[in-house]
Amino acid sequence: MLASDLKTQCFERSVASDGAAETALATTLTPPAAGAPAPVIALKARGSTSGFGLRRVLGPMVETVLPPLVVLAVALFIWEMAAAGPRASMPAPSRVWTEAGDLIASPFFVNGPQDIGLGWRVAISLQRVAIGFGLASIVGIVIGVLIGQSRIAMRGLDPIFQVLRTVPPLAWLPISLAAFRDANPSAIFVIFITAIWPIIINTAVGIRNIPQDYRNVAAVLQLNAMEYFWRIMIPAAAPYIFTGLRIGIGLSWLAIVAAEMLTGGVGIGFFIWDAWNSSRLPDIIVALVYIGLVGFVLDRSVAAIGALATRGAQAT
Amino acid sequence: MIAPLHPRSHVPSSAPAKGQPLLKVDAVDKVFERGGKTTEVLRDVSLTICQGEFVSIIGHSGCGKSTLLNLIAGLTTVTRGAVLLDNREVNSPGPDRAVVFQNHSLLPWLTVYDNVRLAVDKVFGRLKSRQERHEWTLHNLDLVQMRHAADKRPGEISGGMKQRVGIARALAMEPRVLLMDEPFGALDALTRANLQDSVMQIHSRIANTVIMITHDIDEAVLLSDRIVMMTNGPAARIGEVLQVDLPRPRNRLEMVSGRTYIACRETVMKFLYERHRYVEAAA
Repeated sequence: MLASDLKTQCFERSVASDGAAETALATTLTPPAAGAPAPVIALKARGSTSGFGLRRVLGPMVETVLPPLVVLAVALFIWEMAAAGPRASMPAPSRVWTEAGDLIASPFFVNGPQDIGLGWRVAISLQRVAIGFGLASIVGIVIGVLIGQSRIAMRGLDPIFQVLRTVPPLAWLPISLAAFRDANPSAIFVIFITAIWPIIINTAVGIRNIPQDYRNVAAVLQLNAMEYFWRIMIPAAAPYIFTGLRIGIGLSWLAIVAAEMLTGGVGIGFFIWDAWNSSRLPDIIVALVYIGLVGFVLDRSVAAIGALATRGAQAT
Repeated sequence: MIAPLHPRSHVPSSAPAKGQPLLKVDAVDKVFERGGKTTEVLRDVSLTICQGEFVSIIGHSGCGKSTLLNLIAGLTTVTRGAVLLDNREVNSPGPDRAVVFQNHSLLPWLTVYDNVRLAVDKVFGRLKSRQERHEWTLHNLDLVQMRHAADKRPGEISGGMKQRVGIARALAMEPRVLLMDEPFGALDALTRANLQDSVMQIHSRIANTVIMITHDIDEAVLLSDRIVMMTNGPAARIGEVLQVDLPRPRNRLEMVSGRTYIACRETVMKFLYERHRYVEAAA
């Protein structure tokens, strides 16, 4: 007990007198007895904040990047083992790499009208999403704003929207094909009709939730309808609108892959269907990874734009 | 020292001189109807406020004092009677009756400067040049000592500072009457005292007409020329009006032990706690 007391005393003095020596001390000193844990805690706290700059930057990066990498490696290993047998129905990661590695290595090759890199296919799918989602955003926000203004419109239309929004994207496709008589506009319409409901609903809720305070400010300032729309309504509802847009872009990406499988063309969805028909399973797996990564990037992009655009809008 | 005030260019020539009646609340009743149930909030409220006067309206919560302020602001409409400003009836909101809201109500997506500038642009868009509007905005931020935070957003400043900006925004509209709805209610005692001093200072400089809702007796006595005491609702009316004959400029430390101050305080206290105790306590 006495020895440990002495140790903690030295400990504290050295920490107080010379901060630079603390790392060395921490490694050489044995941990103090249970009776005096305080200095150790203090030392740990100081050590973590006053470490080298590089360590401070790398530390969080290692913490966020390392775990997913480890999980990925383990998953690939298990998959490799599971698909190693001669009767395995799925290709192992190693086979995916040998047979479809060119798709990963060079995403932007063009060997003919139907033989292009996955990067190009994704770009074509993204183009459809851009048109469909873009239209859905504009129309959805406009309708949402109109509905949000009126309690009666909200009451009347909300149940209908709630039903329509649960209709699976592909269920719209036959109707849309019948209406447009062409694959490409039909696919775009499916994206539009899938993405628009969450945008309408969230915008309307955002408009309804504009605090009475802001309405009062607008009334005292005698803002006219246009000023009220741009200066109060849109910024106040922006967080809700971006929530709707973020759900919408996710649904769009879900819808386009499914729609392209049925409508054909050169998108990433059709590529999967085509690969399935010619039994190129490794190609399908590579395409799945592409779709997942692009969907992730889309989601994060809308979230980032939203965070930028609604800066301060939620603070009180 | 604070810069001299801009000339008040657009005040109509018919504006009453100091001490002349400016705002008249004439036999106002207010009844709210909700789901077939009617609630009489105010009954036969009459009040005349003179140019340059500082009037506080005090009463227990729920007595309808905020409703009275909203009626004057035009944010709600009277059921019977009328609110007259310069002998003209007002029944819709406007910048001539600018409001300092209880919870500041700054637009969080605009900077402090832009919050005030929005009001300046709206009220003086045609009357002043761009440069003049910029200077007028900064001048009003100076009045409340908030120029240093002009580029900050409301989320980045303290509650007291937000309320200062709220006052600057209201003052920037050059209202005929400044309406304040429990402006310091959400602030801690020290910040509150600080802001009260600022409001007194501004009032002594620009001699504006102010109506303030409060539930703080000291605040009412310190700031007001007259204190309007409301009875408890429903169907609240004006119970008593107290003239506060304290010389200006007022200093809270010198006044607090003065005889007039204590007498005023006592009158309001007796009204609120003896004759019109809080309904729930009385029931």
